[in-house]
Order: sequence, then C-alpha cells, then structure tokens
Amino acid sequence: MTTTRRNALKGVAGAFALGMGGIHWDTRQAGAQAPKKGGTLNFAISAEAPHYDPHASDTYATLHFAAPFYSTLLRFDLAKFPELEGDLAQSWTVAPDLLTYTFKLHPNVKFHDGTALTSADIKATYDRLRAPPQGVVSTRQATFADIGTIETPDPLTVIFKMKAVNASMAEHFASPWNVIYAAKDLASDPRAPLTKINGTGPFSFVEHVKGGHVAGKRNESYFKQGLPLLDGWKGIFTLQAAAMLNAVQGGQVMGEFRGISPAERDRLVSAMGDKIRIEESSWTLALLVCFNVEKKPFDDVRVRRALLLAIDRWGGSTGLSRISTLRSVGGVVRPGSPFATPEAELVKLPGFSKDIAASRAEAKKLLADAGQSNLKFTLWNRNLAMPYTPAGIFLVDQWRQIGVEVEHKQSDTAPYLATMNAGNHDVAVDFTNLFMDDTSLALSKFLSLSRSPENRSRSKDEELDKLYDDHIRERDPEKRKALIRAFEKRLYEQAYQQQLLWWHRIVPTHKTLMGWQMSPSHNLGAQLEGVWLNT
Amino acid sequence: MTLALPTTPVKADDTRQPHAVLEFIRQQPLGAISFVIIFIMMFAGVFSNLVSPYDPLAIDFASILSAPSIDHWCGTDAYGRDICSRLIYGSRTALVIGFTSSFVGSTLGAILGIASAYFGGRIDNIIQRFVDILLAFPLIVLALVVVASFGRTKLGGIDVNLILAIAIPIIPRVTRVVRAAALSVRVMPYVDAARAAGYSHSRIIFRHMAPNVVAPYLIMLTAFIAQAILAEASLSFLGLGVTEPTAAWGLMLSGNAADFYREAPWMILFPGVAISLAVFAFNLFGDSLRDFLDPRFKV
Repeated sequence: MTTTRRNALKGVAGAFALGMGGIHWDTRQAGAQAPKKGGTLNFAISAEAPHYDPHASDTYATLHFAAPFYSTLLRFDLAKFPELEGDLAQSWTVAPDLLTYTFKLHPNVKFHDGTALTSADIKATYDRLRAPPQGVVSTRQATFADIGTIETPDPLTVIFKMKAVNASMAEHFASPWNVIYAAKDLASDPRAPLTKINGTGPFSFVEHVKGGHVAGKRNESYFKQGLPLLDGWKGIFTLQAAAMLNAVQGGQVMGEFRGISPAERDRLVSAMGDKIRIEESSWTLALLVCFNVEKKPFDDVRVRRALLLAIDRWGGSTGLSRISTLRSVGGVVRPGSPFATPEAELVKLPGFSKDIAASRAEAKKLLADAGQSNLKFTLWNRNLAMPYTPAGIFLVDQWRQIGVEVEHKQSDTAPYLATMNAGNHDVAVDFTNLFMDDTSLALSKFLSLSRSPENRSRSKDEELDKLYDDHIRERDPEKRKALIRAFEKRLYEQAYQQQLLWWHRIVPTHKTLMGWQMSPSHNLGAQLEGVWLNT
Repeated sequence: MTLALPTTPVKADDTRQPHAVLEFIRQQPLGAISFVIIFIMMFAGVFSNLVSPYDPLAIDFASILSAPSIDHWCGTDAYGRDICSRLIYGSRTALVIGFTSSFVGSTLGAILGIASAYFGGRIDNIIQRFVDILLAFPLIVLALVVVASFGRTKLGGIDVNLILAIAIPIIPRVTRVVRAAALSVRVMPYVDAARAAGYSHSRIIFRHMAPNVVAPYLIMLTAFIAQAILAEASLSFLGLGVTEPTAAWGLMLSGNAADFYREAPWMILFPGVAISLAVFAFNLFGDSLRDFLDPRFKV
C-alpha cells in the first residue's frame, strides 16, 4: 500500500480506536495485521452435542457447542501452554501449603440474562460439580474430592479450602468443562444447564437447530473490554468427514477445530493451496489396548502381557502416522510433555521394546506357558474411521503374528461404550481424552474400578491406587516424576491396559480466520473470543 | 404310466442329442463366457489360500500405496496389503454371502409362492399383501433396515444377520414370480389327482408342485446371486456389512480408499472391476439360463 496522508490518518485513527477499545489480540497469530471487528464465523463440528451441560459431558462436541457461551474460573493460556491465566478470576493466590486457593473475581460480570455474577455463583457451580444433587451428573466429580469448604467472604472473593493437598488443583480450576452457572438457575432447577444456556461467556445463545447448527451472537456486555471480535458464529454439524471436507473446501465453513487425518489434510492443501492454513500438534488423546481382567483368559497376566509384547508400536507409529491421526509412541503421559517418560526409559517397559522379534518370541512363550497357544478372542472397537479402524486393523495383524486369531467387532459409540462399561468385552480399543498433561487426570483412568468408573479393564490394584494418591500429594516435581514412573511400570507389568499410540492433531482453517489458537487439546480454546475474520 | 423304449438299434450318430452343456454354449455364447467368469471366481474363492500370492490381512508398511507391479499385480492399499490377494479372498466373501443369501431368499420365496398359489383364497391374499408391502422397499433399503435393526450375529465366522438382511428382500420378489408359475401347475390334473388321493398339503406342494417350478426358481436364484453380491458390497461400503480387516470387495472401496483414491486409483479400480464383473457374469448367466430353459424363448 502506498503511504499517503489519507492512509497515515487512517492508521492513526485505527490505532486510537484500538487503544480506546482496549482490544487484546495475539500478534503471533495475527501477524502484523490489526484485528477487525464484525462478521460471522461458520465452522464445522463433527459431532452433535448430546446436551448443553459440560459438567455432565466428556465429549468435545459439547464444548465446541457450549464453550463460547460460558466462562471458567481460570483457563489455560494457550500461548504459553500449560501455564494458566484468569478467566473470571482477575487474580488468585495459592497458600504455600496448597490448602487454600483464593480467587478475586472480575467486577461487572453479567450473565446473559442480565444478572450480575457474584462469588455465590462460583460456589453454587462448584458445589454442583463436587456434590451433584440427585439426578445431576458431574463427570469429573472425583477431581474435586479434596475440596473441604468453599467460602464467599464478599461478592467478588471465593476461597476454596482443601481437605488434603492436591498438587494439580489449580489446573482443575482451569478445566474447560467446569463452566460457571448462575446460582439462581441451579436453585430453581439443578438440571437446567442440560437444556438451557445462561452463561457469562463472550457470546450469547441464539439457536440450536437439531441436526443442523448451533449459533451464537456477540455478548455486548462481555466483561473483557473490546471482546469478542466476531458479531456471531455458527457451528455446523458435519457428521461425515467427506461433508466436512467439502464444506471447508467450498468455503461454507472456515475450519474444523477438532482435527483431521493426514490424507484429509493433503486433500485440502492440494485443492486450496495457500488459502488453507494447517496447524499441527501432538494431541492429549491416546488409544489404549484394554483387557477385561474379569474374563478368562485375560485374568492371567501372562496372556495380557503376551498380547502387549506382540505389538510393534515403533513400526506402527511410522506406518499409521501416514494414514491416520495416530502417531507418537508414549506411556501414560503425553510424549513431549513435562512428565513424559523419555524414550530411553520407555523402551525398557513391557510392550515398548524396539526388538520386536525378541518381544514376540517372549510373547509366544508366555502364551504357551499359560496354555493359550491357540488363543481366539473378539476385539471390541468403535465404529469411527479415524483412528479407531486403523488401530483395529493394526492390532489384528500384530496378534496374528504370534498365532492369535482375533475377530474385529466395531459398533457405534453408544453400544461401544455401553458394552465396555458393562464389562461385556474381552479386549477393547479404549481411549483417553484429556485436556491437559497433568498426571492427576491422566493416571486416574487406571485406578481401581471402585475409584475410577472409566477403568474399563475393571482391574483392582491397591498398589496403583497408593502410588496415585502419593503422587497427587507430592509437591516436589522430581519425586512426583519418580512416582509416576513407578505407577507406569506397575501398570504395564500387570498389563491391565496400555497406550497403543498417541494421536496427532491437524487443524485446517481458512487463512482469513485469525486469532484462533492451536493447542495439544481439542477441548481448549473453544471460547472464540479472540477470533476474527480478515475479510 | 409306462414309457415305450425304442427297440430297434440305430446308429449312435443319428440319434445322439446334443449334450445339454454343448447346446447351452452354442445357443448362449455370452452365457458360457459368464459361466467361465463365475467358475474362475468360484475357483479363486475355494482355493484362495493356494492361489493368493500374499496373506490378505498382512500389513506391510514398507509397501504402502505401491502401484501395480510384478510383485503386486493390483498394487497395495493404505496398509501395504496386497490388493490382488484381497480380491481373491474377497471373492470367497462375495460368493459365500451372495450364494447363501440368494439360496435362502429364493427357497423361502419359492415355498411361499407355491403355498400361496396352492391354497389360494384368504391365505393367498394375506401372503400377497405382505409381499406387496415388502416389494414397496428397494432391495438395498430393506437390507439396510434389517441389518441396522438386527446388528451382527456370527455363526462359524459367517454373519448370519447379514445373510438374512440380504435374503429377506429377495423373498417377496421370488414369491411373486414362483406363484405365477405355480398357479398354472396348480390346475394340472396330476395335482387334482394327488389331492383326490388324499395326500397332505405339504406332500402335494413339495413333491408334486415344487419340481415343476424349478426352472423359474433356478433362474431367480442365479439372478439374485448378483443382486446379493451387490447388496453385500453396498452394505460393506456403508459400514454395515463385513468389518475390517476381512477381505471384501465393498469394504475395499470404503475407508481409506476414499482418502487415497487420487494418489492410488488402483485401490478403487480393481475392487470396482471385480464387483462389476461378478454382477455382470451372474446376471448374464441367469438371463442365458432363462432363455435356454424356458420353452417360450425357444420359439
């Protein structure tokens, strides 16, 4: 652009407007361009939310639907992940003994119905999360078991007093699932959030057309000045991958924020050239091989261990990463994250050796010792092409190489989960869906069934439970790391379940979509407050 | 009844009737070609383990998406599996499901058709209105409904519900055709005679009427094998048929094939050709058989 007096004046005016508006925007994403206000963002959501209540959900479909309408106490700063930043909390302090968390709330926060937010709303929300009333589901209830009392000395101060140290508590306050509801709404009907949306988020609810879309419009009284930047947004349900790709390619949607496969990425790049932006990251998701230890012969550790030893994860990673979202070899913690087991240590754990011939020889010997040389079983799997089907095909092939015959059975999500939750499976491809790398969340899935309903191996192991409890109380990172290693070793030696491969996240967005931030979790960054359109 | 046999010896050359097979080849050359295709399919299906160059389920990540070559005649898929081997094993899946579904559907349809014609009256009305309802649904739609409702039940490695799902839509179609043929048989004197002799309904249906409607039955059976193969391929393509990693032609067209068909067109080309060829062969063979067996087409 030629520098003219008129352009210079426009620039000064723009800068003044930005300063007055107090707009915060991310220069890493937006480059040198100033964010623009206005416009409606259309994006794809590959699944439809079963209801509106994130407290009761563990599917991203609920978050991509509902997160823009709500706020949380803290949240992850995606520019410095996994550091935290305040959302409703203007500031917060943690007592040195980790037993008291004090939050000061932003003033002048209003719910979409005009009611002012106070500390009572925070207390009501967290009371619902840690002790849900009859008929209310709080999926992560166990996460808040260490909270003793919640005090509200004034309308803008909340104090959480803990019964015991939980070194991960701050991260749990930043969980995207723990959105804040209005106390009066919960008082009138504790189940109201399932079907009614009244949050303090950057956008207010417009409509949900079942099977079609969900729409939001700018919350004009949003407490963060100058935000959001968009006039509104529409999340369009595109349940078929082909439909989603066509919509991205055709410009009906400007992105899909969960993740696509390498082949889908290549198709979009090939078709759209420099109009599409592709961002990639490791992902806080992993597929697991899960044995039902209540069923014979999987009650025998030799059988379970043999089956894990037969899997060539390193070879699988190389091959499957070309055709699916599966990629990294890792233990109980996401590879590359602070507490992850280094490769040098990982290869010493059962199932992770790079000498696959030796591992398979040992596997055959274990099966023979267990009297299961002609083992046959059913592998229960989810009927999702990416990446469950490739994982199932790969596992069947790996087990055939030690003489094990496997029937691969796939079903829709509801019966898949119901079968595993009821313990009707032999062996299953299970999953972990995390929003952060903190191990209190990652390890909890492997606790005894009585403590962790999502432990689909149905194992009971007091040693693992104790290691878990010790590690969440441990404040020294090195000692904590040692406890995590011990937990991982015990888990894999007992071979109840084991990570197959960790996922790799690939997100396509149009280059005109700005301000959206990539992270290792598709559950984060769904509020859309800093997103804008460069059109 | 007795038959008078020729007593005068004659030269063999003068009296020998053309062998039925040779006559079929002479009259229906396309039918003969289609039979050869079916025979090759059947041979490949039965002796898959002998004629297949590779294990159809073996993953080889070093050979992902290899183009057709001396090593892999039809190339490899996204898992490095040999497509030629999967086609050969896929013929087994197609034939087992195709033939079983068609046999079950055609046989039940034939029984219903003969019974409907034999009993007539209210029973005929009830059966035919039921048939009308089923006929209102296209074969693949009805199969979709059945398989989605019943789920999967495997017996001896064979998905019984999948076979039923394909067989059920065949039943009304065969019922209607066989009933028409059975109506003309029903008025034959020997049926009246059997009835007068006090034979049971089942004896009259199975021993006196059924053998006389074998021609339309066989034609329908053959024709519906093609339909059943197509239905199995369609259901597998839609994720409702056999599951990965089983080698099945419809399944080979879905999944990763949709992602990689641009860079590896052989992933869809060869299974597509196999399905088309099988359907073409069975349809043509069925048509040729009808032309050969039905005296009206000989005029």
